Amino acid sequence: MTTFTDTALRALELLTELDPLLWSIVARSLWVSILATAIACCLGVVLGAWLGVARFVGRDVILTVLNTLLALPSVVVGLVVYLLLSRTGPLGHLGWLFSIKAMVLAQALLVLPVVTALTRQCVEDAERNHGEQLKSLGAKPGLRSVLLAWDERYALLTVLIAAFGRAISEVGAVMVVGGNIEGFTRVMTTAIALETSKGDLPLALALGLVLMSVVLLLNVLISLLRRWRQRIDGAGTDPVQGVLV
Amino acid sequence: MSVVLTLQDVSVQFDTHLALHGVDFHMQAGERVALVGANGSGKSTLLRVAHGLLTVSSGRVMVAPGVHQAMVFQLPHMLRTTVLRFVVWGLWLQGTPWREAHVRARQALDRVGLQDMAERSARTLSGGQQQRLALARAWALQPNFVLLDEPTSSLDPHAKREVERLLREWVAASNVSLLFSSHNLGQVKRLATRVIYLEAGRVFADLPVDEFFNRPLGESHPEAHLFLKGELG
Repeated sequence: MTTFTDTALRALELLTELDPLLWSIVARSLWVSILATAIACCLGVVLGAWLGVARFVGRDVILTVLNTLLALPSVVVGLVVYLLLSRTGPLGHLGWLFSIKAMVLAQALLVLPVVTALTRQCVEDAERNHGEQLKSLGAKPGLRSVLLAWDERYALLTVLIAAFGRAISEVGAVMVVGGNIEGFTRVMTTAIALETSKGDLPLALALGLVLMSVVLLLNVLISLLRRWRQRIDGAGTDPVQGVLV
Repeated sequence: MSVVLTLQDVSVQFDTHLALHGVDFHMQAGERVALVGANGSGKSTLLRVAHGLLTVSSGRVMVAPGVHQAMVFQLPHMLRTTVLRFVVWGLWLQGTPWREAHVRARQALDRVGLQDMAERSARTLSGGQQQRLALARAWALQPNFVLLDEPTSSLDPHAKREVERLLREWVAASNVSLLFSSHNLGQVKRLATRVIYLEAGRVFADLPVDEFFNRPLGESHPEAHLFLKGELG
């Protein structure tokens, strides 16, 4: 109990002292995950919205693969990206391995299925409910997917927040492709794993507290967003009610 | 009068369910045709086929050149936008320039009495106001053929009267053709010039409105007779 209390007190000290090592790790984590989420959202929202409206042969196969990818372990994503970026891999010439770029790529690939699948569900529900009325006005599938995605924009904001939560809390992928190099590719989750194994529990706990605070903040944001939406125009579909990390 | 819509031996099948079976009918310009029948009789399917929202399994659907359709649904979906933009979007989707769409949208809102709510979120409107807004959008599209799928069935009596009044004003002011489904036989009497009775996807009666309600149908159209007997008591 004493060890736990001491560790917790020291962790709080690190946080309040604005320890540069700790806060540089936090900043790097946020940067990598924000960038990865932005890339995944740009691709995933477009792809998901299209899948929500388009009907073609092989769509069911794509959806099955997509849903399978939702459960993809982050270390597997890390391994695949590692193989792609390793010296002998197809993207080895980029020289990205053990860099921030590799970490962003790995996290983007990790959350891309999440964004795509949730967007697809959201837009498909909207298409089922009122796609016919847009069709009646002459909107073709491409335009309908854009309009329905726009109409569901608040639900998609929730998707974005959920994707960020998944990205920032994962450890396997960034560990494999980033290498957890101090001052370069070390982020909150990899640092927590390392510091715990080294026995530097205060730093690990301080990082853990920041990580939990980020996740808590995201959940508060989702909740506020939902209330705001309900106040503006009544409740709507929300594909990710409280499913952060 | 010219023919605006022709259905020739139209059948529509959903998996194993035959929603329409060998439907034949045509509509003249300016006619106001009511589709009546029990739930699941094929009224909505017929409307969707006529509007091109459903592909037929067999048969032909022919819409005359120059016919411009607009459809009003039983539960109009309100886009997450303002009342004004709801109409503007509809016009823009049909090719009206954005600026002109605003002018026409304001005129349409004025017509249905929603001009003071132009900047309100469309989703905050009551059911009756939403249906009036849907009518405003349809009206703004300046169609000469309007399809309505039970336009008042989800509304309270006051809103029902209001929507029906707007529809009557619309048909009185223009030679618009109307194809609508309804469970409200009083409304059918007031709005329609012709009634089509559907049962299990087939047309069992296709009569002028006076004949449908006033002529003894027991021998010539026994199914429609039983329907009316059940509905009117």
